[in-house]
Amino acid sequence: MAGIYIHIPFCKKKCTYCDFHFSTTYHVYRTKMIAAICSEIILRKPYLNVDSSNPTIETIYFGGGTPSLLNKKEILTILNLIKENFEIIPNPEITLEANPDDLSIEKLKDFKAVGINRLSIGLQSFREEDLKWMNRAHTAEESFNCIQLAQQIGYDNISIDLIYGLPNLSLAEWEQTVQTAIDLNVQHISAYCLTVEGKTALKKWVDQSKISVANEEQQSEQFELLIEKLEKAQIFQYEISNFSKINLESKHNSSYWKGTYYLGVGPSAHSYNGNTRSWNIANNINYIKAIQNQSVWFETETLSAKDKFNEYLLTGLRMKIGVDLSKLFKIIQAPKSFSEKLNEFINTAWIVQKKEQITLTKEGKLRADYIASELFL
Amino acid sequence: MKNIRNFCIIAHIDHGKSTLADRLLQTTGTISDREMQNQALDDMDLERERGITIKSHAIQMNYKHEGQDYILNLIDTPGHVDFSYEVSRSIAACEGALLIVDASQGIEAQTISNLYLAIEHDLEIIPILNKMDLPGAMPEEVSDQIIDLIGCKMEDIIPASGKTGLGVDKILEAVINRIPAPKGDENAPLQAMIFDSVFNPFRGIIAYFRVRNGVLRKGDRVKFFNTGRDYNADEIGILKINPSLHPRNEIKAGDVGYIISGIKQANEVKVGDTITLLENPCLESIKGFEDVKPMVFAGIYPVDTEDYEELRYSMEKLQLNDSSLVFEPESSAALGFGFRCGFLGMLHMEIIQERLEREFNMTVITTVPNVSYYAYMKKNVNDRLIVNNPSELPDPSGMDRIEEPYIKAQVITKSEYVGAIMTLCIEKRGELRNQVYLTQDRVELTFEMPLAEIVFDFYDRLKSVSRGYASFDYHPVGYKESDLVKMDLLLNAEQVDALSALVHRSNAFNLGKKLCLKLKELIPRQQFEIPVQAAIGAKIIARETIKALRKDVTAKCYGGDISRKRKLLEKQKEGKKRMRQVGRVEIPQDAFMAILKLND
Ligand SMILES: Nc1nc2c(ncn2[C@@H]2O[C@H](COP(=O)(O)OP(=O)(O)O)[C@@H](O)[C@H]2O)c(=O)[nH]1
Ligand code: SF4
Repeated sequence: MAGIYIHIPFCKKKCTYCDFHFSTTYHVYRTKMIAAICSEIILRKPYLNVDSSNPTIETIYFGGGTPSLLNKKEILTILNLIKENFEIIPNPEITLEANPDDLSIEKLKDFKAVGINRLSIGLQSFREEDLKWMNRAHTAEESFNCIQLAQQIGYDNISIDLIYGLPNLSLAEWEQTVQTAIDLNVQHISAYCLTVEGKTALKKWVDQSKISVANEEQQSEQFELLIEKLEKAQIFQYEISNFSKINLESKHNSSYWKGTYYLGVGPSAHSYNGNTRSWNIANNINYIKAIQNQSVWFETETLSAKDKFNEYLLTGLRMKIGVDLSKLFKIIQAPKSFSEKLNEFINTAWIVQKKEQITLTKEGKLRADYIASELFL
Repeated sequence: MKNIRNFCIIAHIDHGKSTLADRLLQTTGTISDREMQNQALDDMDLERERGITIKSHAIQMNYKHEGQDYILNLIDTPGHVDFSYEVSRSIAACEGALLIVDASQGIEAQTISNLYLAIEHDLEIIPILNKMDLPGAMPEEVSDQIIDLIGCKMEDIIPASGKTGLGVDKILEAVINRIPAPKGDENAPLQAMIFDSVFNPFRGIIAYFRVRNGVLRKGDRVKFFNTGRDYNADEIGILKINPSLHPRNEIKAGDVGYIISGIKQANEVKVGDTITLLENPCLESIKGFEDVKPMVFAGIYPVDTEDYEELRYSMEKLQLNDSSLVFEPESSAALGFGFRCGFLGMLHMEIIQERLEREFNMTVITTVPNVSYYAYMKKNVNDRLIVNNPSELPDPSGMDRIEEPYIKAQVITKSEYVGAIMTLCIEKRGELRNQVYLTQDRVELTFEMPLAEIVFDFYDRLKSVSRGYASFDYHPVGYKESDLVKMDLLLNAEQVDALSALVHRSNAFNLGKKLCLKLKELIPRQQFEIPVQAAIGAKIIARETIKALRKDVTAKCYGGDISRKRKLLEKQKEGKKRMRQVGRVEIPQDAFMAILKLND
């Protein structure tokens, strides 16, 4: 089994906190970009073919950027090409990331018609003031409407993105936001803490003290409230920043944490096949050129056993199912210091162990990175 | 003998000693222009970088003057106060000294103390105004300072420039005409003074000496007076450049040379010792010999406890060519097994630490340096206990008193900084003893103060309050009783012995507070909250808290983030490997020296 990720590097306008790779002036080369992505799908076909059999594709994911800017024909072209070149299971999970402002009835119907069966909607916040400083292209009202529309049309697997730790977001307001999300009756929620990334407008404002983001205590308060509140509503945390109703986890995203292979096409997309990770050049024009000339458009790193060990820990601990020690030790038989550290974390009740399976406790989840790094080889 | 001249150079760092020495070597043809490596006298990497001649060397030049052939022995002297005993021995091997003063800077403290040493040894002083090519040169003013100091005549001062070559011939002429030829009796029993030694990995220890009386011949059986050991003079010779060793069959009274006799350990060759012949020895040794004693002590520990044996090996190797380094094993509850080391001073300590890293690839933890204290017990007030490690101080209730070493410190600075320097010295428990205006705006201040205060960040503070316009020199003046208390540091309620220090009672509160703050800054957050406390006995005098690790809620991690995140976390992990676990707390190396950085 494996997944395919398609990166659509276009956005209507630039959000002030975002450091993703995309372009707002994509009209001129839109067709060329789609063509390049299609070429890459064919060119990279062998990448997943490591165990001398082509793995079956179980998930397809349009990410970005803003894939909801694509039209029906473009999506169909890409999906058909994937079908021609890869073996695909019946009823694969096909996700499309969408911004509320793009989701008209027509578009929603079009997407459904070409096979999109899961939407990941970039809501971010229900507060108008947030959407303003973020320079989002949608209003809070559009958010509610598009979700209701999508549900009416028959989408039964919808995910929304939320951001906490926002400037001036009180705990009460955050609770309200979470409640609103629950009331929307979506199947999946991804929630992120606002990070101030370098080279963004937000960073500049924070440096100039024009905006102040939440402090550590507020951030963790909001995070903890989120986990609790969603759990009561039967939406469970299955990964550090991902929550879903039972059996409605994102299959595609789970492959990142479970070590399932994936091929990523499009500028800046990453791929993984068990032995190597590779990442495409991030610049749109250079990407198109490199594909056209068939020169080098991605870099590759081969993973050592130690890298694999560390990655499995890093990603596995983020998941509710945790890390299977017997699987981990198959990569490398860990030294004594590993079990000493592990016991330490079990004693501080940050990790629980059931047979061969170790998972983070609630407190542990608040320090996932630290714990992983401590357990690294 | 009448055609030999032995001389050294006295100069403050950067006043141009090396450049001028190079000129002398060039003019006398000792070194060809092609061979002319910049600053030929400094040949250790470390020395060049620091611009300090750590180890003295000697070079022989041949020079024809008015139809006569002369042998000129230039004996180099180290320029730092840590090595003042070595300087004194180099001076004792000469009859004359070039006093080099930067005409744009004037006289500095270091110059004065070495100059006094030279005058004490009756050396003929040849004053030189260097860097005359600089537009900022102030010949009249600086000449006045020189005349004041040594009582020479205006015309005795030679204007020179190592850069343009101005005055170099005059200097050579003065060396020949003004410096007296050595006196000595070739027929008397051999009496030669060791003024330096170096370690050569292939030949063992090479000792440099100056013959006072008699003749040393290749193959002679020699005895070192103070150590009482005897050796075979396997090889003797004179010192030049490229190659530096020129074997000879004999070295006669008045001349300077080297001896190789299969000695492997630097501590067998003591600077200042007298070489004589086993049969027909001289009656007495040459005056002035001292067994140099370390002034500053600190613990040196391997970062990784498993490297203890390797550290021992490295230190033993270092000791082979640095006899002033002393060490003995010690153990610390916090740091495990390591060594308590004695150094000549703070610079010497830094050099050792750097050499361990560079030459042996040994990263070490150095603990807060301290001086050597005397503790007198109540039971028997004459019973003196030497305390080289604060954590070994006996319980105060059983102690009658503590004494600590004092120094006389000389600071030369511009008059505008006098106020700031006085404040600093008084804060450092110094007492002003004398204040002399050398010129209208150059002042010499003399303080008496505890040596321990020099060890704590004194140099850096002095530099900053004077904007670099202060030179400093000191010499020990004995022990004095002091109201000292042992200040302990507790991390997570556990005492960390390696962080204990002896401090003056009046200062303890302030210091404790600053130290706690500094440790809070240097120790990274950990899984739990860590109280940082300073205590005297059972009494807590200061407290800070290192908050528990922040919760990393921001983490998101999709396909494209995994690699980057893994590398980031691996780097964090790597950083922690260099830390020391004490109790449950992980402490980075530099925290053990926190007390030295309180004002950063
Ligand atoms: N202008 C000028 N600069 C000099 C002269 N002699 C030395 N210097 C410079 O002063 C600095 C210190 O010289 P150096 O010989 O290393 O001094 P040392 O520390 O006393 O050995 C170097 O940057 C030299 O280039 C001189 O006569 N004139
Ligand atoms: S729409 Fe998404 S990818 Fe585009 S700028 Fe906004 S946050 Fe970034």
